[in-house]
Formats: sequence, C-alpha cells, structure tokens
Amino acid sequence: MINIEIDGKKIQTESGSTVIEAAHQAGIAIPHFCYHKKLSIAANCRMCLVQVEKAPKPLPACATPVNEGMKVFTHSEQAVKAQKGVMEFLLVNHPLDCPICDQGGECMLQDMSVGYGNGHSRYHEEKRMVLSKDIGPLVSAEEMSRCINCTRCVRFGAEIGGQMELGQAFRGEHAEIMSFVSGTVDSELSGNMIDLCPVGALTSKPFRYKARSWELSRRRSVSAHDSLGSGLAVHTKDNRVLRVLPIENDAINECWLSDRDRFAYEGLSSEQRLTKPMIKQGGQWLEVDWQAALEFCANGLRQIAGGAGAEQIGALVTGNSTLEEMYLLQKLMRGMGSDNVDFRLRQSDFSADGKMQGAPWLGMSIADISKADRILIVGSFLRKDHPLLAARIRSAAKHGAQVSVIHSTDDDLLMKVANKTIVAPGALVDAMTQVAKSVASKQADGIAGSLVSGERVAVLLGNFAQQHPQAAQLQALAQQIAEATSGKFGFIGESANSVGGYLVNAIPAGNGLNAAAMLATPRKAYVLLNVEPELDCADAQQAIAAMQAADLVIAMSAYKHGATEYADVLLPIAPFTETSGTFVSSEGRVQSFNGSVKPLGEARPAWKVLRVLGNLLKVEGFDYETSQAVRDEAMQGLDVAAKLNNAVSGIEFKTAAVNGLQRVADVPIYATDAIVRRAVSLQATTDAAQPKAWLHSTELSKLGVQSGAQVKVAQGQDSALLEVAVDDGLPEGVVRVAAGHPMTAMLGAMFGTITVERA
Amino acid sequence: MKNLINFFKRFLMLELFQGLSVTGKYFFARHITVEYPEEKTPQGSRFRGLHAQRRYPNGEERCIACKLCEAVCPALAIKIEVAEREDGSRRTTQYDIDLTKCIFCGFCEESCPVDAIVETRIFEYHGENRGDLYYTKDRLLAVGDANEAQIALDRAADAKYR
Repeated sequence: MINIEIDGKKIQTESGSTVIEAAHQAGIAIPHFCYHKKLSIAANCRMCLVQVEKAPKPLPACATPVNEGMKVFTHSEQAVKAQKGVMEFLLVNHPLDCPICDQGGECMLQDMSVGYGNGHSRYHEEKRMVLSKDIGPLVSAEEMSRCINCTRCVRFGAEIGGQMELGQAFRGEHAEIMSFVSGTVDSELSGNMIDLCPVGALTSKPFRYKARSWELSRRRSVSAHDSLGSGLAVHTKDNRVLRVLPIENDAINECWLSDRDRFAYEGLSSEQRLTKPMIKQGGQWLEVDWQAALEFCANGLRQIAGGAGAEQIGALVTGNSTLEEMYLLQKLMRGMGSDNVDFRLRQSDFSADGKMQGAPWLGMSIADISKADRILIVGSFLRKDHPLLAARIRSAAKHGAQVSVIHSTDDDLLMKVANKTIVAPGALVDAMTQVAKSVASKQADGIAGSLVSGERVAVLLGNFAQQHPQAAQLQALAQQIAEATSGKFGFIGESANSVGGYLVNAIPAGNGLNAAAMLATPRKAYVLLNVEPELDCADAQQAIAAMQAADLVIAMSAYKHGATEYADVLLPIAPFTETSGTFVSSEGRVQSFNGSVKPLGEARPAWKVLRVLGNLLKVEGFDYETSQAVRDEAMQGLDVAAKLNNAVSGIEFKTAAVNGLQRVADVPIYATDAIVRRAVSLQATTDAAQPKAWLHSTELSKLGVQSGAQVKVAQGQDSALLEVAVDDGLPEGVVRVAAGHPMTAMLGAMFGTITVERA
Repeated sequence: MKNLINFFKRFLMLELFQGLSVTGKYFFARHITVEYPEEKTPQGSRFRGLHAQRRYPNGEERCIACKLCEAVCPALAIKIEVAEREDGSRRTTQYDIDLTKCIFCGFCEESCPVDAIVETRIFEYHGENRGDLYYTKDRLLAVGDANEAQIALDRAADAKYR
C-alpha cells in the first residue's frame, strides 16, 4: 500500500495503480474521456491533466502511477487551466450542435464542457469534417465529425471483443476512426462501443432519433436471451421499450452487454405480436375474448383427460420462460394427472435423468471462471451462444489461463486456444474418453497435459454438448476429468432459466415423458408455452408431425407463428418485459424482476393465464394474487445452493454407430428464441445470414460441387435447398447445417445422419 | 365649544366639498383609461402572446426537434413526436401546444437553440371549443408565416440583450 494525498485528502492505495484510479476510489472526480476502467490506458485525450507536486508540468492522471508521498491537486489553478485548455482544443473540431445530436443529454463532452468550457467559442476558422460511414445495422457512424479520437471503440474491439474491427487511420488533424476493408463491424459485442463512445460519434442505429435520454423511464430487468443473467436497464417511453442498456455488475456482465441482449427489444414491438386470444373454427381463425378462449382450452383438456387419459396431454415450455410460468405449468399438468412436462426442448439424451444428484448448473460462479488457470470447453459455439462468457474467458486467456477446446467445429474463438480436438459429433465421447484417460495417467501433453498442470481447472460443457445424443456420457467424462484435476465442471446452460426449470421440477418426475419422448410418441393434446416447435425443438420434423397429429394444441405465445398451421387456440401472453418473474442464471443466481411496460393489447402475463386455467380446471391451489406469491410457493423450502449439483453416477457407456454424413447443428446467435428471431436490426446482421451447408473441402470435392452452389440437404422424408460453403475447420464426414431457422425447420434431428446431394 | 364647531362644519357641508374636490380634480385631469378594443396599449418587443413556429426564408421549418422546449415547459403543455426525415435529419411529426395549460412563461422560446418556437405579440385569439386552443404544428406554422415580419423585427430588437 502506498500513501498519497489528493486535494489534501490522505489516501491509501495499492502500488501500481494510477492517480485516476486512486482518485475515483476516494470519490474525487477527475474529468476524462479516453480513460475507461476496463480498457487499456491510451492517455490521448489529455482531459485528466492534474498538478503533481514537484512535477514541472501537469500530468495525465490516467497514465501517472502513484508514488509514495505523492501530492496531487486536481482543482488547483494550474490543473484547471490545463483542463480548460484541453477542453477548448477538443471543441475546436467538435460540432457545437448538441440539440441535433442523438447523444445530447447523455454526452460526456457536453457535461464536461459545462464545467470546463467557455460560454463562447474563440475559434472561427473552418472545422474538420469526417465523412459518415456505414458500419452495419447496429452501430451508427453517421456523425463521425463528432469523434474526439479517444480510441475507446478501437481498444474495446481489440481487447474485449477480441477482433479489431475499427481502427484509427491517418495522423494529426486527419486522424479518423474507420473500419477495415470489409466495411462492417460484425462483433457480437459491438453494441458496447455505443456505450463507450463519450460523444455522439457512435450511436445506436435502431434507437436513432427515437427519443431523448431524459424522456425515458428506466426499469430494471434481467436478460432472457442467455443463461448469464445479465442485468438490463430497460428504457421505456409511452409504454414501449425503446432501448436496453446494461446494469453494471462485476460478478455477471461487468459493464457490457451482448448485442443479442441489447437489440432484441425490437422483437417486442414486432408486427407479429399476438394481441388477442384466437380460436380456430372450421379452419378459420377467430378473435375471441379471454373467457371464451380459456373455457375452450379447459373443455378440450378435460375431454382428453376424461377420454384418452391425462397422460395423453403433454406440456412443452421454453427455457427462457420465467420460474413462475414453469412452476404453474407443471403444477397444472400434475394437477390434471399428467407428468408430461419438459423445458429441455433441444436436448436429445435424457439418460442422466434420475442419475443426477441435483440440478445441472455452471458448477462455479461466473466470476470464478476469470480466476481459472485451465479451462476446457466441450461442445460449445461459445462466442455465439454465450458472447459475454466468451469475453470473460478471453480476458482470462489474456491473463495466462490456458484454454482447450473439444468440439465438432473450429470456429474462431478470438482468443489464444492452447489445445484443441475437433472431431465429428459421433467421436466426441471418444475424444473426451481419451482426455479423461490421459488426465488419469497424468500425461504431459495435449489437452490432458494442460489440465494436469493447472491449479484451478474449469471444465465447461456447452449447448452442443448438452444437446448431444450422448450428453450423459459427456457429463460423466467431464466429471471424471474434473475430479482427476481437482477442478470444477458444469454446464454453461442454454437459456435464461435452464437452472430454474430443474428447481421447480418442470421436468418429468416419475413415469412421465420428457420433451423428446413426448414428440416421438405423439400425444393427443399439447400445451405449448412460448414454444415454436419447428424452431425450438431438437427434431423439428418430428415436432411438426406430432403437432399436426394432435387433436388439441394450445399455443401460449407472444407471437403469431407457425402454430397457426396446427394449433387450435392461440393465447397471447406477455414477453419478459411485460410480466414480473424470476430467472435463475446458470450460476444459480435467483433474480426477480418487474414488468417494464404494460402487456400489449389483450396479452396477459402467462402466470395469470395459467392461474385462471387452473381455476377453470378446478385444480386445487391456484389462488395466487401476485407472481411473488407463485415464486414464494415455488421456492418454499428450496435451498438453491444445495440443489445445484452436477454429480452424476451410473451412466452406461455405449458406442453409437453413425453411418454416412453427420449433421452438426448450431442454433445461430440471432435465432435462439422467439423475441430475438423478430428483432429486425439483429436479423440484418451478418450473423443472421441465411444458413448454409458447410462442408470440409474434401467432402465438397467428393460431391463434385463448387462452393456457392445449391445443394439438397435431406433428413427423413424432407429436404432443404441450401447454398454449400467450405469450412476446412470442420472434420471430414460432417455437414454443418444450422437449426432454429425457418429455412432448415423442415429437417430432422440436430444430430445424426444427413444426406447432401447436388440440387 | 366642540359641539359648536361640529355644528358649523355640518351646516356649511365642508366635508362634502372636500370630497367633491377630489372628484373635480380627476374630472379635469388627463384620462388614462384605454378604450379597448377601439384603443390599444403599446407592446414591448418581448411581449409573450400566442406561440408561433418559424421558418427560414427558404421555407424550411426551423425546428430541429431537439425537445428542449418540451423538457423545460413547467406546465407540460408541449407534446412533440419525432422521426427521421428522408434526408436523415431529425424532424417533428407532431408539435402541439395546449394553450389551456400554457402559462406563457416564455421558457420554450428561451430554450430554443434555433429560434423556432416564439411567442408573438398576438393576444387576441379565442376558442369556442376546448380543442380550439390546442395548437398543432400546422396552426403554429401558420401563425408564424402570417407574422414573420413582426417576429423577425422583435427578435432583432432584442438581439443585443440575448
């Protein structure tokens, strides 16, 4: 610890920290633009100049390390004169038209110029002009003349995002921020540049000219799009969500937000929103009132339960539904006498059910991942599935952690990967077994060698591993590896409430059917909560067939979607911004939130719909007044920390023979859930491009087609026409075809054999 | 003795004439009453009457939809909706002033960075229905177009104090 004095205040601070850090720690404000606590130090804006005793000139506080006995003056005559001088220079080239600028009202430069600027400009010559640029559908670089060249965006891209997509070109007065030849910024974290930009140079394109910052109401919420549980500040006006910003929490999302969390809100005001209950009669959809719709549902369910039996009713719910919704759905189903309820829609291996000691979770806190020195990532499209977790692991890798990967694709993680094993899905278990054996025998090379030499080992199973047909075996192997290296292992978790679903038993308990079995042996009636079967299920073909064969399909959804083809009732329910609820993140953090806006039209929170449905079906214990009451009942006597346990035992190892081409299916980053799929700007990004059939070049030459040609990709009785493309990172014998997209929704299982022919 | 003085005061109606002398003084003095509506008081250039939206000489409306007037309005009388125009500039799609709420404080005019919203010298206007006093953008622009000469003169006269 070092003793210094700032403005006469005695402060103890760690050696190696900078003056600005010490000052912020002590609550002393020093004006700054280019300094950001999460980014490297550039010291190029010079706004933080302070006077230091015995220094001949003012020094930049952000780049001056503290020394024992240092005396700093942030508001002395010399310091203020320097700061005012810098401000005048910054404003020389900055347009003085705050009323036009979209950043007006929340602009650092505007705020600072109130404190350090002059009322009038002494500069009357011509100002610098920088041409506007189009860098993609999310970030607007319309007003680059406003840029003060702090290079925060450049440093963010290089350091946090992992790829430098913006750079500073030219020198002196001609210096400008621009993208490289490709032209657009495609990072899945690009939205953070908007927050970082201290002026109005980089602004949000979807939010452009929608509202002024002071008109917006801010509501706390939690992200529904991945399992991290990022804090959201939902900004609303006139009962509409107009933008989403991060809520800072160093234990979860730090001060970042992925583009999916940030821009998905556009889907909330999609034209496809369902605003009135609808019933299909004689092939025609009729708008009805809630009473009629709910009675129709209750009668239908009662008839099937009375006739074919309650076990002929199946309930499917997505993992990003709230804890309350999942709890009430399973309570309703069990109240009717059916145990068929599941939220693990994309999972295909359920053999670990009953063999696990608790709910699968991350196995550690999110912050722990930063501290791990050896990380093994198994079966995860990490950057696209969990962008912020990828950023965290990237920063861990930068600080010395060795990252190893076992997967079926070799996507660039934009970080240093020490070892990787890329094999076809069918060989994933073998690859893991190899590592487990080598770890047990303390072998000193490859992935095993890296893991053995570590002190804090983390083994993370991604979505791909969880959806894998041998997921239970992968889990058991991960457990072996973690035990042998005294590390931790866990599931990254697919959706916002993957852990919550287990906690409230939204899974079959006794002899009920799981998600896959429910579709494989079709039921007479289905209750769908937030589900779009053709996009959310492991086997889209099977899901659609099951829906079409059913006598009664009750679709509770915020959107009019494919269900109009086969459903009998559509009940409009509120998405997460319009209802109160709770998400349990993959690290077991229970976060409740309130609705940010009122439900659109006649849509209602799903917990209210389920409550009334429970009353109509005369199921006992459906007298809740608030969602809190539901939560309290669901969480009663539940020790979340004790319930979280990845340990599994008694898993049978068998080799599954796979012939021919194997499918590798990712769920593209902007196809993960119903809201994201309808966010217009996200759908305009390169990440949302139409799915292609990706093949290794040898497979392509076997087929005898050129990259870019159309091929017929077939599974089961149906096929899709897709463009073929080369990815030599893929193992031979596989074809990568995305799931969760309308263009591939007629195909079958996400894993298994698939044929590719010339079209 | 006291009674005697009082008797003469009453007999000679002294107090009556005293009172009448005040009346008489004002009877011959210069009249200050303004015979409105035939006559009108003079107005200063800072008079805060009916609002108007101004245009530039080339016909382009001045308002850039910065919403400062809406934010500063203490009576919450201004309602603005904004959209991006085809040429990429921020423009109002709706600009309403509810004159039944307005307290004519002039803050909107003071906050306006482009002198778009102004208060004119017009104070003789009325509405027969409540809605008549709800001035929309079109009406405000019409007031501005009709009185631009006077508005410009007034701004010029006040320019050196602003």
